[in-house]
Amino acid sequence: MFAYIVRRMLQSVIVLLVVGLVAFSMFRFVGDPIDNMLGQERTQADIDRLRTELGLDQPIPVQYYKFLKEAVQGNFGVSYRQGRPVSTIIAERAPATLELAFVSGFLAITMGIALGVFTAIRRQGVAANIIMTVSLIGVSLPTFLIGILLIYIFSVELDLLPSFGRGETVMIGNWSTGFLTTSGLKALILPAITLGLYQMTLIMRLVRSEMLEVLRADYVRFARARGLSDRVINFRHALKNTMVPVITITGLQLGSIIAFAIITETVFQWPGVGLLFINAIQFVDIPVMAAYLMLISVMFVSINLIVDLLYYAIDPRLRVDARAT
Amino acid sequence: MSLLTINDLTVEFPTRRQLFTAVDHVDLSVEPGEIHGLVGESGAGKSTIGAAIMGLLDRPGRIASGTIKLSGDEISGLDADAMRGLRGKKISMIFQDPLTSLNPLFTVREQLTETIQAHLGGTDAEANQRARDLIDRVGIPDPDTRLDQYPHQFSGGMRQRVVIALALCTEPDVIIADEPTTALDVSVQAQILDLIKELAQERQVGVILITHDMGVIADTTDKVTVMYAGKVVETGPTSQVMGQPTHEYTKSLIAAVPRPTLKLHRFPQISYGGRETRFAVEDMARHWPKVDNDTSKPVFEIRNLTKKFLQRKGLLPWDRTYFTAVDDVSFDIRAGEVFGVVGESGSGKSTVARMIAGLYPVDGGTITFDGQVVSDLTNRAALDAYRKNIQMIFQDPYSSLNPRMRVDDIVAEPIRHHKLMEGADVKRRVDELLDQVGLGHEAGLKFPHEFSGGQRQRISIARALATQPRFLICDEPTSALDVSIQAQILNILKDLQEHLGLTLLFISHDLPVVRQMCDRVAVMKQGKVVELQETNALFANPQTEYASELLRLMPKLDDLSTDGLEAEV
Repeated sequence: MFAYIVRRMLQSVIVLLVVGLVAFSMFRFVGDPIDNMLGQERTQADIDRLRTELGLDQPIPVQYYKFLKEAVQGNFGVSYRQGRPVSTIIAERAPATLELAFVSGFLAITMGIALGVFTAIRRQGVAANIIMTVSLIGVSLPTFLIGILLIYIFSVELDLLPSFGRGETVMIGNWSTGFLTTSGLKALILPAITLGLYQMTLIMRLVRSEMLEVLRADYVRFARARGLSDRVINFRHALKNTMVPVITITGLQLGSIIAFAIITETVFQWPGVGLLFINAIQFVDIPVMAAYLMLISVMFVSINLIVDLLYYAIDPRLRVDARAT
Repeated sequence: MSLLTINDLTVEFPTRRQLFTAVDHVDLSVEPGEIHGLVGESGAGKSTIGAAIMGLLDRPGRIASGTIKLSGDEISGLDADAMRGLRGKKISMIFQDPLTSLNPLFTVREQLTETIQAHLGGTDAEANQRARDLIDRVGIPDPDTRLDQYPHQFSGGMRQRVVIALALCTEPDVIIADEPTTALDVSVQAQILDLIKELAQERQVGVILITHDMGVIADTTDKVTVMYAGKVVETGPTSQVMGQPTHEYTKSLIAAVPRPTLKLHRFPQISYGGRETRFAVEDMARHWPKVDNDTSKPVFEIRNLTKKFLQRKGLLPWDRTYFTAVDDVSFDIRAGEVFGVVGESGSGKSTVARMIAGLYPVDGGTITFDGQVVSDLTNRAALDAYRKNIQMIFQDPYSSLNPRMRVDDIVAEPIRHHKLMEGADVKRRVDELLDQVGLGHEAGLKFPHEFSGGQRQRISIARALATQPRFLICDEPTSALDVSIQAQILNILKDLQEHLGLTLLFISHDLPVVRQMCDRVAVMKQGKVVELQETNALFANPQTEYASELLRLMPKLDDLSTDGLEAEV
């Protein structure tokens, strides 16, 4: 078990180094930062000074090493556009994205699993078939369209919920939260649904097909032959066996909820890192882009690690190896 | 009054096109403490009767008429809730495959206590105590540790004991055992059957034993009911039905059972229902390259063959542990003979076959084919030339054919791979082969799932013969088949050996089959060959304790009628 975790950690480090290289090479190849930072009225002296200041005159491996050293400490340099440290900017923006991702992820998982189990058990039922049909729409409609539709219905026509922004936020330490105010909570509803809908339908369909598979298994028939109640069979025996493949997909999906909140954040003008990233691309703000890239990859790698550990928790068959250690 | 009475039971499965009657006006009764065998080929409806009693018929199946009574009370019309109260409490079930009938994610204790508490209620402590007693009763050593283990930590036989413990949880009156030992080794099978017999006696439980294995029926049951196509064809005390069968079908079924004591030239085939398919081996022989089988020289010389599998991975070499599947095995296979390898699961017999076929690399020792060392071939062309001569027939006819390929492509694949023919010749050759194995060339346009198990095994044979090999490896070719189909396939293999001069490596755990098929037999145990003898000598006079133990555990079929059987002279 311990050896396994160490091995996985090493793999993660390799992944991060590769992503780091990509992020670093953006500095070299995507435009010339000097050009972007200094205006038309520059002198050669200005250019040289800035070049030395940014360390661009040193050999590439040295630059990469320095980049990594700084990156490990969470220091990605200064935003070209805002002139402030990138880490500060991201720290300001992250709570918005994380809160949004958390709520929509929670919605997607709970609703997805519940509906998946329901549609699997009542396979022939009318309600299950309606849900399945509607879920197709959830999978096939693009996120921005769902967002715009929701805005049109609930903000423009019904005037129930705000159409953009986070509402009022409260600062707890460095964390700005929208959970504690009514307007903050109201502002969360539409973006969270927009962001989570696709994941929810995906999880639901996955749970359903896995569940149908498991319900045909011999041990479910045997459980039935032992006279266990349907509730115990469905929610104890079948659901737990359904979880292993579902966790894999769900883990990856949660990563993408955070990483690809960009579209939702743009539609709802949500002041999160996704919106920050879009703006950074527009202005070729490479430190921000590099930091964002690293942040997302750290997130994916750690979610994957957690998913692998969850397998161990759920499936005892994987623990045999560990026992021998 | 009987414990369980089935009266005039008919079970129907309405399909879109027609009504399929799976069970047709069946009467059956079981007394307390009696083991009642239900025997027949697949599709005879025997498992459907079990499911009907349990109230677990798969949709859209339904009981169309008749009654099922338990201790005089009718249970066939009960609603779902009442039926659930009976299931596991009054009637229990034991399934075929112990590997899949336990939930892999729960400990044995959890599965036992939940069943006990679902029916008897009671505190956790009481349920735990009862679970421990049951595990102890079914003969699992060290119950306290074993209870908290997961199913994958048990061997097949031990798992089946757990399944039996689960079936016994609440003192049922009737146990339905659906092929309880089909997936187990001979020695384990004997233990499990003994346990079932003992428990039936001790607790006065009525047992319905569903099986297609006549040996199990003859050894275990008190009464037997023979089924064919949903109907009961014969019923009575086991010794009477097995010894003096009156119905034609029973007679032919019994005749098809391979005998451990009597070597026959060919298996009598079940003629009932007229399903025998011609296999035109003579046609095949006409085009077959002449093989000069010099029986004095071995085709294969296997020397000190060893195979190790990595059991635990480790970054450092000394962290890894290996499992020695095949340990220093040496034998010769003579040209034109049928060489048998027997052993229990895990004895390494399939691993040997796969190394010979070149599917596993060899970890030690050499394989010499026709004077040429083939175990270290790396040259693609030389390897292909060797493989053209070696073909394999696998155990499972369901998973050894690619479900997305048409049959003619499956059979043509080896021809195309070895570039033996081109263009229209391939098609002609494939059609010929399909005709010769008795499927007809029109079968080539279909997909494997449209065929029955026996027909699929014929496709496998056609595929194996496509390259006109000299050597066939048959890895348990009939263990997934019914006894009548088994007889057909074994006859085909015998014909191939005789008429085409093929040499066969025949792997099986079924000793009577080995006795019928093989000229010489190697007995394997834990990766080693413990005994190698002429077949007749082995059966008459085993030299090692292990071989005699295997022979002792083999079901005795002395009671079976020998009508229509002629011993080989």
